[in-house]
Amino acid sequence: MDQFNTQIVVNLTYILASMLFILGLKMLGSPETARKGNLVSSSGMLLAVLVTLLDQGIIDYTWIIVGVCIGSLIGFIAATKVKMTGMPEMVALFNGFGGIASLLVGSAEYLSGLNQNAALLIAIYLTVLIGGVTFSGSLIAWGKLSETISGKPYLYNGQQIVNSLLLGVILLAGLEMIFFQGMFTENQFQILFIICLLAFMLGVLFVIPIGGADMPVVIALLNSFSGLAACAAGFVILNNVLIVAGALVGASGLILTNIMCKAMNRSLANVLFSGFGAVTTNGSEAKVGQGEVRPINTADAYLILEAAASVLIVPGYGMAVAQAQHSVRELGELLEANGAEVKYAIHPVAGRMPGHMNVLLAEANVSYDVLVEPGDVNPIMETVDVCMVIGANDVVNPDAKENENSPIYGMPIIETDRAKTVFVLKRSMASGFAGIQNPLFFKSNTRMLFGDAKESVSSLVTEFKS
Amino acid sequence: METQLTLLFFVLVLSIFLGFELISKVPSTLHTPLMSGANAISGITLVGALLASGSGYVSQPLTVLLGTAAVTFATINVVGGYLVTNRMLSMFKKKGKE
Repeated sequence: MDQFNTQIVVNLTYILASMLFILGLKMLGSPETARKGNLVSSSGMLLAVLVTLLDQGIIDYTWIIVGVCIGSLIGFIAATKVKMTGMPEMVALFNGFGGIASLLVGSAEYLSGLNQNAALLIAIYLTVLIGGVTFSGSLIAWGKLSETISGKPYLYNGQQIVNSLLLGVILLAGLEMIFFQGMFTENQFQILFIICLLAFMLGVLFVIPIGGADMPVVIALLNSFSGLAACAAGFVILNNVLIVAGALVGASGLILTNIMCKAMNRSLANVLFSGFGAVTTNGSEAKVGQGEVRPINTADAYLILEAAASVLIVPGYGMAVAQAQHSVRELGELLEANGAEVKYAIHPVAGRMPGHMNVLLAEANVSYDVLVEPGDVNPIMETVDVCMVIGANDVVNPDAKENENSPIYGMPIIETDRAKTVFVLKRSMASGFAGIQNPLFFKSNTRMLFGDAKESVSSLVTEFKS
Repeated sequence: METQLTLLFFVLVLSIFLGFELISKVPSTLHTPLMSGANAISGITLVGALLASGSGYVSQPLTVLLGTAAVTFATINVVGGYLVTNRMLSMFKKKGKE
């Protein structure tokens, strides 16, 4: 009777925790309530964890305490020490940890070997597979984002064949694990080990061909996978709350992935398999030298900015690299004090993860209500006096509208070329990540402000102050 | 067993639909916090990890070891995820609310 009551309490609490997750996610959808939403969702997590500790199956708390202490310490340090510019790597790494945790839960359940029917084995197989892919894929994404490994898309001949073969072997291994135990391997350890290894390989091969500029899609997708892995683990231990929470994360990750793909006007398959940039540079090479580049110095740029009544700032990954967000905010404030209307136009895929620019600008204290999306600003672009493109390239490339042969043709862009004057802050004339020439640089209303973005903006700030 | 599985599937399908409905209206300003907040939620796998880790070292040494590793990783995910999301969101301000 006592055990029966505990079980009811545990299950009711899981329902409550699920409700808190749902509420929390909903509140994350609006800037006013987002912070509270995060608290709500974390209290759901706390409840779920605490009530799990009441479970009759737990007979020894020593190891739990060890794991929780180590994990909390690492999590705490990582979360408080990470710089905002390092956020994409951090999110990628955390995704991976979620994946490996699910893989380990699935493995532990498999090796404990208690009444395993086909349904349970399928769930274990999926948990290990998705968890493994999430883990190794996230590690590669982390490597690419932190530039531990090259961010270039890595393509080789026969890629599709290798991938198909790998998928085939994974399927075979799954069949053995679920239906024909002992077909190829001697025991549970071997087959589990093989499946883990294959899952890791798949994760690596899946992320390695994808270039740095496509990372927003990859991170969002891996985020979705980490949720799906937890969801599959829910079927392994037959637990509602894992399924609900995992499915919510899976769905939200997929929606973000879709938003990112739409922002690039590419299908998910195209992002994942085409190795953008590595194969499409030809054709645009020929168009180099399509006009004259007009450089400008900061003194002249200052004079134009000083006279401007409306300024639109378009940040990109270059701003993150140069850590220029604080100087940019300072410049923005000076422009406002000077009577100009300042807005920031942010492309959904600017940077290396969804919302990357928004986070950096928030860190620099830029109010979120002056951040606008391309759809809001494009119709009124003609009224903008000065557009400052800071470290962005492909998201302002007019070829996306005008050149049908361009690999980015059809991608929605911020149409800065229609502003009265465009300043492009750029290190040099080297082409952007995708290796495509940008005709914006050659337009008659464009001025190139060469140099490090942070230094350029800082010297503009100094001009304003003097 | 079969009825329980069916029920869980039912829960799964409803949750996915609910997830799509919940998330589809998030402004792009919040994409990163949404992602890292969702990521923290995916650490719910910690519940499974706790059960494995606490199953008793004497009778189930391997389960406990794997479970403890899982607890560690899942806790990093949960604690780190929520904290970092909170840190980010604390920076999102409207003008005049310094």
